[in-house]
Amino acid sequence: MARRAPALCVALLLTACDGPPDRRPTLGDADAARGRQLVVDKGCVACHALPDVKWPRGRLGPSLEQFGRQSLIAGRLPNQPGVLMQFVRDAPSQIPGTAMPAIPMTDQEARDVVAYLSR
Amino acid sequence: MSSPTSLAEALSGWPPPVLDPAGPFSNSVTTLAWVLIGLMTLIFLGVCAALWVALYGSDALRARLGGERVVRWFGLILPAGVLLLLLAWGLTLVRGLDTIHGDELRMRVSGNLYWWRVSYLDAAGREIHADANELHIPVGRPVVVDMVSEDVIHSFWVPKLGGKMDMIPGRTNRLKLQADKAGRYGGQCAEFCGGAHALMGFVVVAHEAADWQRWMNARLKPAPATDISVEALRGRQLFNEVGCAACHRVAGTDAQGIAGPDLTHVGSRLSLGAGILPNTRATLIGWIGDSQSIKPNNRMPAYRSLKAEELNALASYMESLK
Repeated sequence: MARRAPALCVALLLTACDGPPDRRPTLGDADAARGRQLVVDKGCVACHALPDVKWPRGRLGPSLEQFGRQSLIAGRLPNQPGVLMQFVRDAPSQIPGTAMPAIPMTDQEARDVVAYLSR
Repeated sequence: MSSPTSLAEALSGWPPPVLDPAGPFSNSVTTLAWVLIGLMTLIFLGVCAALWVALYGSDALRARLGGERVVRWFGLILPAGVLLLLLAWGLTLVRGLDTIHGDELRMRVSGNLYWWRVSYLDAAGREIHADANELHIPVGRPVVVDMVSEDVIHSFWVPKLGGKMDMIPGRTNRLKLQADKAGRYGGQCAEFCGGAHALMGFVVVAHEAADWQRWMNARLKPAPATDISVEALRGRQLFNEVGCAACHRVAGTDAQGIAGPDLTHVGSRLSLGAGILPNTRATLIGWIGDSQSIKPNNRMPAYRSLKAEELNALASYMESLK
């Protein structure tokens, strides 16, 4: 217990700094490596340049090479896992008028893709 | 689909399944390969043994190895005999590969930078159905494919179903294919043809005979003109307005371009861009909007001027062309 105390203090401190409690869905067992495979299989690579993907590196959509460091998704939405999960599966419902179509994915697949993009 | 083989498995397995035949015409090629590998191994071992004798053998053995008789037998008679026998056997083995009996299914594939024009022919060699980048064949029936090229030299290769065959401008080569099991078989251009040569793939789909007949009958009917969404209708209108129709054909419409792949049934294709991407709404949009970033120097320009709504409409129209 004594050993954990500093960690606990830090955790408390951080929690105290945070706003309302975090209700975002947890990424749980998301696997970034599976996400890396999924962006190829789902065809995301046809429009986006993505980290660790040598080809294709589509240029119709923005490069997502540094996406983990961006604060906004598509320049409008906050880059948070829960929001991103919605966005990668159904972009038109989040940003009407986007060229990015809805891409059917299971919950697990969306979590994996988000984990990969947020690295 | 006729088999659980995924498209990705069929197309991107590495190494290519060169010694894993799935039909009689690749079988004989594989047998020949194994026999040659076996023979080569025997000869290699024989040479190693002779080398050992030359370096460490007793004087008597070395004297025999250096004699004229060895040179005559192992340097002249044996190689000539082995090569002659191999030639004769090899020729009989591959003789069936280009004999045509007349009951085969006939097709024609034309190599293009960087895609394949596919035609289904009747017995007289007339085109009855046009498609691209995908060959549908019945299981257990030989298919004779006429190989032509419309620009540079390409080579047609489905490792599991047959040998390679070059496509040479101004010449018609023939290749026989046959699949003994339903499934999807990946193919690839096997002759360097330009910058995007590696991105010139295709798929052979083998159906059970009855399935194949149903598929063919469905294909021979004109595409239904009605029964598509408003978005797809808008796409059909755009298809003519923005210039797609200058190069692409959609049977039953005004779009009759022949420079690019026939899109009459593009919505039911397994892959996009000649075997390189899954065929989905997302990849359709990416391809239409900027195919140059996906397959550099292919002949379709990037259409970056299209708006988001227009890209979606065109993709929706493509999806509706089943």
